[in-house]
Amino acid sequence: MDEILAQVFQIGFFAAMIRIATPLIFATLGELFAERAGVLNLGIEGIMLLSAMLGFSAAYFSGSLWLGVLVAIAAGVLAGLLMAGLTVTLGLSQHVSGIGVTMLCSGLAFFLYRLIFGQPSTPPNIRAFETVALPWLSSIPGLGPVLFDQHALVYAALILVPVAAFVLRRTPWGLALRTVGENPHAADSAGVSVAATRYQALMLSGALMGVAGAFLSMAQFNAFTFGVISGRGWVCIALVVFGQWNPWRSAAGALLFALIDTLQLRLQASGVVNVPYQVFLMMPFVLTIVGMALVSRNARAPAALLMPYRKEER
Amino acid sequence: MIRLRLERRDSSPVWLSLVLPVAAVLATLLLCSGLVAMAGANVWTAYSTLFLSALSSRVHLVETFVKAAPLIFTGLAVAVAFRAKFWNIGAEGQLLAGAMAAAFVGAREGLPAWTLVPLMILAGAAAGGLWACVPAILRTRYRVDDVVSSLLLNSVIFYAMTALLDGPWKDPLSGYPDSPDILMEAEFPILLQGTRLHLGVLLAVVAAPAIWWVMRRTTLGFMIRAVGENPVASRYAGIQPGAVILKAALLSGALAGLAGVGEVGGLHMQVMAGISPGYGYTGIVIAMLARLNPLGIIPAALFFAVTVTGAESMSRATGVPVFLAEVIQGTALLAMLVALLFNTYRIRIASHG
Repeated sequence: MDEILAQVFQIGFFAAMIRIATPLIFATLGELFAERAGVLNLGIEGIMLLSAMLGFSAAYFSGSLWLGVLVAIAAGVLAGLLMAGLTVTLGLSQHVSGIGVTMLCSGLAFFLYRLIFGQPSTPPNIRAFETVALPWLSSIPGLGPVLFDQHALVYAALILVPVAAFVLRRTPWGLALRTVGENPHAADSAGVSVAATRYQALMLSGALMGVAGAFLSMAQFNAFTFGVISGRGWVCIALVVFGQWNPWRSAAGALLFALIDTLQLRLQASGVVNVPYQVFLMMPFVLTIVGMALVSRNARAPAALLMPYRKEER
Repeated sequence: MIRLRLERRDSSPVWLSLVLPVAAVLATLLLCSGLVAMAGANVWTAYSTLFLSALSSRVHLVETFVKAAPLIFTGLAVAVAFRAKFWNIGAEGQLLAGAMAAAFVGAREGLPAWTLVPLMILAGAAAGGLWACVPAILRTRYRVDDVVSSLLLNSVIFYAMTALLDGPWKDPLSGYPDSPDILMEAEFPILLQGTRLHLGVLLAVVAAPAIWWVMRRTTLGFMIRAVGENPVASRYAGIQPGAVILKAALLSGALAGLAGVGEVGGLHMQVMAGISPGYGYTGIVIAMLARLNPLGIIPAALFFAVTVTGAESMSRATGVPVFLAEVIQGTALLAMLVALLFNTYRIRIASHG
């Protein structure tokens, strides 16, 4: 048993875990902003896929990874705007709009990829982001290689968690966002524009999902494949609920998921443990559903989640 | 500044229910024509190949119906659930449950040969129905949001299925992750010699009017619609919304399960990881286009079957990527959603000082 543990928890284990958690942190926080403003963004899976594709293509042709990230963010913002137009301006069902946005964005991603690259026998790839060791910090024994010898976007994700928590909790915009998600009528009478706030939240949400997609196709992997997201967006929907709409808890959930995922990969590679790896893959979904059942009686979901808001109709 | 204002309609005229889906489809094709042009193809040629090739010969026509069968079932499944305002996004997973049950029963030796097909159908419907009860019970008992839970359960059953395919069901000879073939006697009869028109297609075409009848003429259908329209009022009328939602879930899941049964018994004779390229999600689009009317499901499903089968020919002939079909699906769903606004609202242009 000790031998297995030693084999699994090698030096690279926790570093890999942080890397796997990074896109989940970005996308989960993106989803969280949308939901705290009262909009469930089920477009997440498709937005991540489209951003991963467009970001990769931009990087492939320009040779600039950061331009790729910017393009991915722009794609995410546009998709967020579409989602906002449907659910905020037109007040359409958030569920169905989200599924529609996911279908549309996934279709576009596949269509455009085929249009740009055709059907090559080996998928085109790029030189992905390399790790940037932070001077001094990366030489701290133990912690250094795990936290401070990572991709630039990993640092961004780690910084984003406290920033998101601070913005939500302590800034006027965060207060406006939360009020819009809890009680849009009150926000309206306090002079906060419900529509504008939800638009901003959805654009921010799309941008963060875009970064998540870019990380997958340009840092975690060095190519775009059709299965690059494979349900990670849905995982993030789960993580927001699991984290009770709190940035810290949701990020912790992302780390927990990454831990399970990394463990699963290592155990599979070591070939010692004879549990189908799919059991690990389904775990976050099962845990979330069980968690939702346990907490739903005193759930803290934003009160106005899923409710369209129209001034004229009270 | 000119503003658009939405104003509630008192009633919606009947002709709208025909005009809206057609308008949505036309808008979709118009929007997607930009992509066709981007691919360097003539829009007219591409669209005519897309829609006419599927109807060009008897074989193609039959293939379109074969493709439509699972879509009719998942469309009906979504329509029944949405009528009760049970937001079942899980038709995809219920289809897989049905497919696995059918593959399991269909491979059992020692059962009388004539019982195999009916048993497969029953087992598939039961498996789909029971799997749909999970999000229903989670919602009625534990107040868990049904959209999120039914969506997540799709991933759970997908991984359970791939675990089976990688483990006990793995083909010992080829090593491929696909289940053992069902017995010869369990294969669905072919209705038209020389084609792939199987019993499942007939079941799907019969199911639509049957479900229409259930929803319109039976107590169960009445209760489902009542709970969907006004749960509070229906409670005063002595209907228990929880129990009705559970029944709606059973019916919805059973229909989605039958989609899986047809694919196993009539087409693939086995289960493999790619058995459903998202039929459950397309079912949502179909149900919305049909405005949740079971009779409208057949034309809506045929439309998508045509785009899916036609996309291959279009791609070969014009070089437009096949994935245009998926873009059309997503756009159609959104366009129909917008179009439905005209059902409850009319748009007024109000100038604002």
